[in-house]
Amino acid sequence: MLSKRIIACLDVRNGSVVKGINFEGLRDAGDPASLSRRYNKDGIDEVVILDVTATIEKRKALADTIRRVSAEIFLPLCVGGGIKDESHANAAIEAGADKISLNTAALQQPELLTTLAKRYGSQAVIVAIDAKRERNKFHIYIRSGQQATDRDAVDWAREAADRGAGEVLLTSIDQDGTKSGFDCELTSAVSNAVPIPVIASGGAGTFDHFVDVFTKGQADAALAASIFHYNEHAVSDLKHYLTHRGIPVRLSC
Amino acid sequence: MIALIDYGAGNLTSVRKALAHLDAKFSTPETPEMLRSADAVIVPGVGNFEATSALGNDWHRGIAATVEKGNPLLGICLGLQWLFQGSDEAPDVSGYGAMKGQCQLIDCGAGKLATTELFKVPHVGWNSLHKTRESWLLQGVTEGDQVYFTHSYAAPVTDDCVGLTHYGIDFASVVERNNLVGVQFHPEKSGSVGLRILKNFIDRIRP
Repeated sequence: MLSKRIIACLDVRNGSVVKGINFEGLRDAGDPASLSRRYNKDGIDEVVILDVTATIEKRKALADTIRRVSAEIFLPLCVGGGIKDESHANAAIEAGADKISLNTAALQQPELLTTLAKRYGSQAVIVAIDAKRERNKFHIYIRSGQQATDRDAVDWAREAADRGAGEVLLTSIDQDGTKSGFDCELTSAVSNAVPIPVIASGGAGTFDHFVDVFTKGQADAALAASIFHYNEHAVSDLKHYLTHRGIPVRLSC
Repeated sequence: MIALIDYGAGNLTSVRKALAHLDAKFSTPETPEMLRSADAVIVPGVGNFEATSALGNDWHRGIAATVEKGNPLLGICLGLQWLFQGSDEAPDVSGYGAMKGQCQLIDCGAGKLATTELFKVPHVGWNSLHKTRESWLLQGVTEGDQVYFTHSYAAPVTDDCVGLTHYGIDFASVVERNNLVGVQFHPEKSGSVGLRILKNFIDRIRP
């Protein structure tokens, strides 16, 4: 049976992880490669590196981070943040990324999804959607949630899949950082609308939140950042918890 | 020296990194003639079966010559499908044809199955390997071990199948006939299980 994936997100700036690095009992937490190594040991299924600075001069540092992480872990590695054209995507892939996540650029130039899907295959192209509830609709925000658009998240997910995206990374702006649970309504609305896997993001606070997003939310994968920093075995503990609740996950030996 | 064939179907960086991690020697031949010095061949690849048309007759012959010498050949993902006669994804393109059968879209018969489980295609993520018989490639791999898949088409379960995976249907996730092997998943992205499989392949290379 296909497992539900647990994905760790590393927000990286100038080669260091910048979110949730000051928790106790965490050594070398600022280094993405050592953090990835620990997560790998603990049974993480996939790693996402989000470059939160994403300026031109920092692109070199990002490539170096990708190189170091991909030399440590032999798991799917996705890279996003400020990828605006084919050359940015190519640099990340050459450095060792397996998947590229596009957010603002995909909405502004949707043909980029098709171009990259043709060049690298759909499995390498992820459309990242940041959505916010407005009345009974989910509206898309771009530029790291700074700029509202009039696009509907479900419609855009469908279009992006048609244009060649192979997965959706769906973040609820309302839930992000609140630790009060994923937005299961948003997740199931998108998951039912597209034929491709949906990764839910934003709001993970407890293990039960993961149960909810995999059942009510119909997510194929769930992504979190800070929850995994709390203790040394968060990933394996979470996976055992999910197993006991009948949710199929990969248990590493 | 492993010949890692690059025919433009996807990126080979991850495969190279995994081989380097295992201290294997490899290079990418630019012409089929360069296969003469190879003692193993890897045909990787992701994407549409159409892409394998870049492996024309001269490549087929070059690869066949090295396999006939007893050298191991590993097909990864699209490379496994290429070992078969062809794929419905690109019906006009012939595969290498060493294994009988045609690759088909994973058709879970949505709506027909008596299940509420949602089967999306492509099949993306970690799924289990079920060993069907003894295999040198799967030595040290435990029944039920999980590996990372990303594909829409799959090979049929035939006599060459040594490992199968269930996703709506059963398909061949590992095939093996003597020194010819193929994996539908990505061993270079499948953690320690994947590395073990790659190591088994490298160990098969004759000294």
